Amino acid sequence: MSVAAETGVIGGIAAKFRTCPATGLKIDLAAEKLIKANAVVAIVFLAVGGVFGLLVALTRWPSVHLLSSDMFYLVLTAHGLDVLLVWIIFFEMAVLYFASAIILNCRLAAPRVAWLAFILMLVGAVLANVTVLQGESSVMFTSYVPLKASPNFYLSLILFAVGALLGCFVFLGTLVIAKDEKTYEGSIPLVTFGALTACIIAIFTLASGAVILIPTWLWSLGYISHIDTVMYKLVWWAMGHSSQQINMAAQVAIWYAIPAILMGAKPLSEKVSRLAFLMYIFFLQLASAHHMLVEPGLSSEWKVFNTSYAIYLAVLGSMIHGFSIPGAVEAAQRANGYTKGYFEWLRRAPWGNPAFAGMFLSLVMFGFLGGISGVVLGTEQINIMLHNTIYVPGHFHATVVAGTSLAFMALTFLVVPLIFQREIIWPRLAKWQPYLFGLGAAGISLFMMGAGTLGVARRHWDITFSDATLSFEYPPLAILMLSLNGLSGIMAAIGGGLFVVIIVASVLFGKKVDASNIVEALGPMPQKRVSEAVHKHGSASNFHLPGTYTLVAIFFLAFVVYYFVNWKYLSELWQLG
Amino acid sequence: MDKAKTESDSTDESVPIPPMQRLLDNHFLLLFIGVVVPTVLYTLWGVMELSQIPITQ
Repeated sequence: MSVAAETGVIGGIAAKFRTCPATGLKIDLAAEKLIKANAVVAIVFLAVGGVFGLLVALTRWPSVHLLSSDMFYLVLTAHGLDVLLVWIIFFEMAVLYFASAIILNCRLAAPRVAWLAFILMLVGAVLANVTVLQGESSVMFTSYVPLKASPNFYLSLILFAVGALLGCFVFLGTLVIAKDEKTYEGSIPLVTFGALTACIIAIFTLASGAVILIPTWLWSLGYISHIDTVMYKLVWWAMGHSSQQINMAAQVAIWYAIPAILMGAKPLSEKVSRLAFLMYIFFLQLASAHHMLVEPGLSSEWKVFNTSYAIYLAVLGSMIHGFSIPGAVEAAQRANGYTKGYFEWLRRAPWGNPAFAGMFLSLVMFGFLGGISGVVLGTEQINIMLHNTIYVPGHFHATVVAGTSLAFMALTFLVVPLIFQREIIWPRLAKWQPYLFGLGAAGISLFMMGAGTLGVARRHWDITFSDATLSFEYPPLAILMLSLNGLSGIMAAIGGGLFVVIIVASVLFGKKVDASNIVEALGPMPQKRVSEAVHKHGSASNFHLPGTYTLVAIFFLAFVVYYFVNWKYLSELWQLG
Repeated sequence: MDKAKTESDSTDESVPIPPMQRLLDNHFLLLFIGVVVPTVLYTLWGVMELSQIPITQ
């Protein structure tokens, strides 16, 4: 059966839509086009930013040391912009439109405003790249004043932020329409609530960006004579770090969505999972403060409250999700008949489905690598050992690359058949993609954190200090760590390249998907049908989850051991008596 | 009988919605909280502390 576009009515207002052959949901074609456009642009910038990232990794590899110092800082700036901001936020716009219009079975609010948002973001992203590649804006992603970039650099970020802000308002407007037109009953589904959390954090983030970037733009034009460096840093990080918290909320929503679609997994307790998202809304943005932990102008009260008391409540939210999601998978798998022992449910999970494999690897690596290292960095005393070392990019490559990017890639393997209506081309190759990219990203993260623990500085072109007046040598282990980081970067680049090639080829040349092949197009799944759990309410009824309890116990053990190992390092660094 | 009663209860609009549920369903109140809390605790508190640093002579 072909899936023809129809003119029809959703919630009382005329809209063009098609009926999804997998879920039966009405899909607003305006929303579908916007999801496609945002996802395509996101992947293009992932490819561009990924190439820049590979060049950075090869330069940090001491025996390769690929780029000159000028080129290194230029490429590092472009890499940070393209992957930390452009790839992520474009994809998040696609997630917001998917989680509102599609999951709520609703028309998208103000599609023209959404297109304006898309154009502003695209112009901003292109302008940012052109400006950086012109060579006079190698100020890195943070662009700390008094480093001064070309005015177009700041203007490009402002355009991008305004565009993204408009996209957030379209999402909120769509929620209002869905409520008014009663396209859902009761509360919005959990996945949409996760997207709402991401949207709320995004609005704080982008508003903070505007607050600091507009005066900085005027400063670069000469209209403002001075910007206080610490004040800049404080407000900039309200954007810089919170932008990564948008990712976190969006990726958690995706972690719930993928097992819900593929295996009918429901959260262990929907109420508790919502409460965990609420903790993000209250506290997650405060993690920005860990970038300010060594600033002398801020009090210990401010630092400790923001990075310890408040952020631990957001961490509690993450731990709830980290328990609920594998628990949901285990409960669903046990309901599907995989009940032997502690781990049959995990062994027999659809590991050959790149959406599931990517989602689960993302969950595990985010928790073990990104989550634990984030708490370590957020502890004022331990932070002093690691602040501004390469440990910090190691941490955020665990969260943003192994966590968010892998989760977004995983979702894309479902978006292609569901939204682009194309089969994934080369499914055998696609099966390996999450492992290649995920293990590469985990390697990047681990080896950078290892080198950072040995004191290697971040944002440094040459850790051998070959042209420095005063020589300094890091331990040989640090050189080894950076070499392994280079190798991991190559692996991640192969995995990332594979993702881009498979997705682009699938969209262009993949077999058309219709009702006859939609289930097969979504890859291996236990139930051989697409579950409604993603847009319905409900909790898993099974709490016999020995496998999940074991995994959680291993996580806590790793957390406690690693946390105290760092305190031990600190005690050796500052010996008393 | 019990089942019928449960279904009737779940659709009864006179049953008060718990305060937490009302909070979670009020998206614009959540937006307000999500913007105000970090603005006050992180940004404004931080700006106040930095603005009290004496300027060097």
